[in-house]
Amino acid sequence: MESNIIISVEDIYKSYGNVHALEGVSFQVPRGSILGLLGPNGAGKTTLVNILTTLLKPDKGRALISGIDVARQPSKVRSRIGLAGQFAAVDENLTGKENLELVGTLYHLPRAEVRVRARRLLEEFSLTDAVNRKTKTYSGGMRRRLDVASSLIGEPEILFLDEPTTGLDPKSRLELWETIEGLVRKGTTVLLTTQYLEEADYLTDRIVIIDQGKVVAQGTSKELKSTIGGGVLEIHVADKQHVVALVEALNVFGPHADFALGIVTIPVKEGTKTLSETIRKIDAANIEISDIELRKPTLDEVFLELTGNNRPVPK
Amino acid sequence: MAQGHIAPQGLKWVISDTIAMTWRGLLRYVRMPQLLIFSTIQPILFLLLFAYVFGGAIQTPGLNYINFLVPGILVQVVIFGSVQTGVGLAEDLGKGMIDRFRSLPMARSAVLTGRTLADLVRNIFVMILMIAVAGIMGFRAEGGFFRLVLALGMIALFGFAFSWISAAIGLSVRNSETAQVAGFIWVFPLVFASSIFVPIDTMPGWLEAFAKISPITVTVNSVRALMVGTPIGDNWWQSLIWIFGILIDFSMLSVLQYRRAR
Ligand SMILES: Nc1ncnc2c1ncn2[C@@H]1O[C@H](COP(=O)(O)OP(=O)(O)OP(=O)(O)O)[C@@H](O)[C@H]1O
Ligand SMILES: [Mg+2]
Repeated sequence: MESNIIISVEDIYKSYGNVHALEGVSFQVPRGSILGLLGPNGAGKTTLVNILTTLLKPDKGRALISGIDVARQPSKVRSRIGLAGQFAAVDENLTGKENLELVGTLYHLPRAEVRVRARRLLEEFSLTDAVNRKTKTYSGGMRRRLDVASSLIGEPEILFLDEPTTGLDPKSRLELWETIEGLVRKGTTVLLTTQYLEEADYLTDRIVIIDQGKVVAQGTSKELKSTIGGGVLEIHVADKQHVVALVEALNVFGPHADFALGIVTIPVKEGTKTLSETIRKIDAANIEISDIELRKPTLDEVFLELTGNNRPVPK
Repeated sequence: MAQGHIAPQGLKWVISDTIAMTWRGLLRYVRMPQLLIFSTIQPILFLLLFAYVFGGAIQTPGLNYINFLVPGILVQVVIFGSVQTGVGLAEDLGKGMIDRFRSLPMARSAVLTGRTLADLVRNIFVMILMIAVAGIMGFRAEGGFFRLVLALGMIALFGFAFSWISAAIGLSVRNSETAQVAGFIWVFPLVFASSIFVPIDTMPGWLEAFAKISPITVTVNSVRALMVGTPIGDNWWQSLIWIFGILIDFSMLSVLQYRRAR
């Protein structure tokens, strides 16, 4: 067993009735790194996080946390992990401080330590003004921050964050990013799911993209960007009415059309004559263009390319 | 080594986690005092209504009606109070609190026992309040202090057993509004088809036969006898059989539901 691997997901399957949420997912996370789990709605991200945090048992396959099988020895795993689930789990009748202290107590920390950590976390998450208010009166973003803070009070080796920044304003998001980076500097391993590709790009060391319960790609954001070859070709039509005509004329795999801006983007495979071919096709269809540009893909484009969403249906 | 997680701290942790969760459950009533206020006002209204409006028309041989009524009302208080156990658990499930607790290295039992124990404490508090109000209205525990305490203990235990039924309901419906309705709907007829408000021998034969074996009737008869100082008869052991039967069955059912609740 490589001791450097702290999370090992090995061919996991999970179905709810006849919904196949996970169909053979495997990947590994090195100690002290941040892994981003990306995927469209319903891809199976939350299901996987729930399996890794002992809330669900996989139908098939296994997951190891620090070499411990999560399905076999869940209680050993629980003392090493922290979880902030997709929907903020805070007790509305308790104050922010009481919520944190309850979770700290349930991690069996000494009373004094619980207080010290709770106070520090409340400060770190800018909740000091609201410590003694019932969380029922908190805004969505405040609850989210308290929820993430609760997942940290046990100072877990491994932190699972299911869409931690959804619903946060840009300032809170940046603050949370900084907190996460700080934790990783201190040696914590983080697995987070996100809908924001920018977040994955900025924050994570490695990215695993899942779609319909399967891993469709994994690697660093740089590696993923180079999977769609040389880059993308961005074509601006002179008349926005001609977007559909252009998509039809190009007749290539995986175009992305922006109707509002009149831009069509297509992936460019390395070593092909895409640029010259494209220009020939545009000429043949007699569509007037205002600009054409070859550039590096963004992570969004990689994501859309791989998960097949938003692809205009041919004809 | 496998499964060896019942460490020496095992029992210590079960106790400290249960205390933490009970405290949390009690804070729910401190922060939502309306839950307590309504569960006190309702039985007081019943007390007034039955004592002053219907009471005159109800014959309770050998007892004045207020002394007949108060022990029954106290049982009704804990039965209705126990509905909150299921509501609280359903709320925790719906809001993801249960998921949070499951991911913590805490004693799993504490989620359920913390809630039911908090409701036990709550019931005792409301009972004492009710006894004070009843005293003002002329209720006298003629059986003496010791028998009164014994009676209150029995009612509290009965409420605790009902909390476990409520827990099983809350964990299976998973929605606090539904838990509220589902918790009340079946106890309502049981409460009236019992010796809480009237002597059951005035009921039609079939209903009397049902009411006679109802856990509510045997418990009310026991605590009434204890409070007013009359012979307790066979009621006490019949009540205890019901209480422990319910406790064992429904705590097991709740644990099963809890394991499965996802
Ligand atoms: N308890 C459940 N019962 C039945 N189906 C479920 C259940 N939970 C999830 N699913 C289904 O499993 C699939 C994966 O769901 P999951 O919540 O893991 O997706 P996700 O990637 O987290 O999506 P999102 O980005 O919307 O949070 C979906 O098709 C979902 O409908
Ligand atoms: Mg999800």
